[in-house]
Amino acid sequence: MSHFAFPPPIHPPGADDLRAEVRQFLAEELASRPASQRIKSWSGYDADFSRKLGQRGWIGMTWPKEYGGRERSALERYIVLEELLAAGAPVAAHWIADRQSGPLLLKEGTEEQKRHLLPRIAAGECFFCIGMSEPDSGSDLAAVRTRAVRTQDGWRVNGTKLWTTYAHKSHYMILYCRTSGVDDRHGGTSQFLVDLTLPGITIRPIADLSGERHFNEVVFEDAPLPASALLGTEGNGWNQVMGELAYERSGPERFLSTFVLLVELIRALGTDPSDQALAVLGRLCSHLAVLRRLSRSVAGLLQEGANPALQAALVKDLGAVVEQEIPELARQLVATEPMLGSDDIFQAVQGYAILNAPAFSLRGGTREILRGIIARGLGLR
Amino acid sequence: MSETSEIVRDMSARLFADLATPARLYKAEAGVWDQPAWDRVQMMGLPLALVPEEAGGVGLEAADAAGLVASAATTALPVPLAETMLANRLLADAGLPLAEGPATLAPARPGDRFTLERRGAGWHLHGGAERVPWASIAGDIVIVAEAEGQVLAARVARSDVTPLPGRNLALEPRDRLEVDLELPGDAVAPLPAGITICHPLALGAAFRTAALAGAAARVLDMTVAYANERSQFGRPIGKFQAVQQSLALMAGQVAATKGAADLAAGYLDAYSQPGGADPLPVAIGKARAGEAAGMIAAIAHQVHGAIGFTHEHALHFLTKRLWSWRDEFGNDAHWQRLIGRRMAAAGPKGLWPLLTTL
Ligand SMILES: Cc1cc2nc3c(=O)[nH]c(=O)nc-3n(C[C@H](O)[C@H](O)[C@H](O)COP(=O)(O)OP(=O)(O)OC[C@H]3O[C@@H](n4cnc5c(N)ncnc54)[C@H](O)[C@@H]3O)c2cc1C
Repeated sequence: MSHFAFPPPIHPPGADDLRAEVRQFLAEELASRPASQRIKSWSGYDADFSRKLGQRGWIGMTWPKEYGGRERSALERYIVLEELLAAGAPVAAHWIADRQSGPLLLKEGTEEQKRHLLPRIAAGECFFCIGMSEPDSGSDLAAVRTRAVRTQDGWRVNGTKLWTTYAHKSHYMILYCRTSGVDDRHGGTSQFLVDLTLPGITIRPIADLSGERHFNEVVFEDAPLPASALLGTEGNGWNQVMGELAYERSGPERFLSTFVLLVELIRALGTDPSDQALAVLGRLCSHLAVLRRLSRSVAGLLQEGANPALQAALVKDLGAVVEQEIPELARQLVATEPMLGSDDIFQAVQGYAILNAPAFSLRGGTREILRGIIARGLGLR
Repeated sequence: MSETSEIVRDMSARLFADLATPARLYKAEAGVWDQPAWDRVQMMGLPLALVPEEAGGVGLEAADAAGLVASAATTALPVPLAETMLANRLLADAGLPLAEGPATLAPARPGDRFTLERRGAGWHLHGGAERVPWASIAGDIVIVAEAEGQVLAARVARSDVTPLPGRNLALEPRDRLEVDLELPGDAVAPLPAGITICHPLALGAAFRTAALAGAAARVLDMTVAYANERSQFGRPIGKFQAVQQSLALMAGQVAATKGAADLAAGYLDAYSQPGGADPLPVAIGKARAGEAAGMIAAIAHQVHGAIGFTHEHALHFLTKRLWSWRDEFGNDAHWQRLIGRRMAAAGPKGLWPLLTTL
């Protein structure tokens, strides 16, 4: 108790109406989207759907109105997010921009950058990707080698980013790279706003183990960036990136990735499951309900301007365990052989969940790295 | 949290820490009832924490009262604070006179039942319950039973029922009740509408969840402190990554017990509202905290090494409570099945709406 607080989440006024409105919208929009698609969760990409959300005012909800936002609270935004995820809506196109690039721009961007980009993000028309990882820099993010060098009228970038989710379908990348010598591991880095249509940038999709192409290798070869591409302060990249991670780690996408499978499991078990199946279902529900409570609590802390990095790491670590357990437990209860793309919905959903589960404890910070952060928060390092 | 609640919280935390000395904990393990400790707790008014002010109580909010239970649990204080708070709340809800000393509630296990029948101007109370906490110490026992389509509370003097003593792993009294008793008419009264027969179990489980969270948090603190103190291979064991990963795992489980306790405490505020006596939040809380308790105790002992396995080291006061409390007022499986039935009834379409009511 002395190490971390999870204050009770607030029930924002008008929450029930908002939730009902989102549910109604999703029931209509997703009526013909089968579970085998909905299981893609926040990896499902549909630019048209993102635009519709933008029109509804459900992207950039918490941002100031002058930048296209709606000035709603973080907890109202949370309601929209969790409804989208629970329904298996295809949110990948705008997810990163809404979750972290937009808030980063709001905090660190110049007036011009904010005016130029935030309203388009909020409209669901401008998509972002995260350029952090590299071939030799995964968990050890400070080891990035991609480098931006000053030129007369801006910067020139060389290097390779890897695993960049939906770079091939994004308008911008937030690039994290070196801007001075390697001796200063943290201090010598900066962030840039990179227009992905600029010359010198090659994006190559990489097939994941199921053959799907969502992440990419992004190669920079003398890519010229205008001076206005610098995001925030030169040399402050490390601190800016660390600030981003609390947004990245505590949201409902960190425990709902396989929720659609749980729904299909309940369908498969019918109205009178065995005692053993009931206990398994109940156990999973107890985990999800508690995680949801903790995660909403972190949303409240973020809204108050606190830095709940430790709590966010705890939520993500616990969440990944449950997301990965759902397919493992489902197979104990329903005898089926999983198969991606099968006509049998349960087979297809289970197949997708199994093939994607390994990523849940890698993306956004591996399990081991998160536990290291937690250990530091406990005062052990 | 109101200012009064904060004062109560801080003063009682100091009191619990003062009272729960190792010497007193060993004495309690040996079976000696710590009346002086109880007197101090009672003097502060804590047994009336959950009783509304209009009924002569302190009228704390449920979350704050659960916080007191958690706080007492961090010290393993061997008195029936949670049980007496709940017994008094039941008495107040039924409009019966409050207990004067330590009290408890029954039944405390899912299968146990009592029957009440009218006999003339009074009642006949009949039935049995196993492992009723602190029954042999309590002055009064509040027994909940169904009769005539209502859920009723009966106020029974312990001296009329002679509990058969038993203990849990932490050597706290868990006693058997065999009751076959005539009660005067004014010793029995109905509980508010909407309350079901599983109410005492839900109340007890809500506070056991709080207690698990309190004990869990303290075990984490002790274990982190030990990992920073104890050196092997020339450095504190907490510097080894394997130990850090275990402690991080434990911290996650402790965070879960906290979320679980907050959810479960919601029942105590809600049950008197229309439709509020739904035990689902308690089921979720108790099942989740119960599951976490085992992992927390195991990691704590692993990190403490042999010294933590001794009777002399204080760790066992807490880990034995974790191992006991998780099985009291319904074990994980009991509550998991209840949740599972609700999920199956909600069906694929109703699952998410069910989760968002919490
Ligand atoms: C589906 C998916 C999408 C992704 N999308 C993006 C994206 O959009 N943008 C982006 O920048 N990145 C993205 N990533 C990359 C992701 O952030 C990295 O995979 C992650 O940071 C780990 O880096 P790595 O894969 O190089 O593994 P490594 O860092 O090489 O780690 C390999 C193993 O060693 C362990 N390990 C490493 N260091 C330590 C240590 N100090 N102590 C203990 N164990 C350690 C790790 O925990 C892991 O188990 C994505 C990854 C996946 C799987």
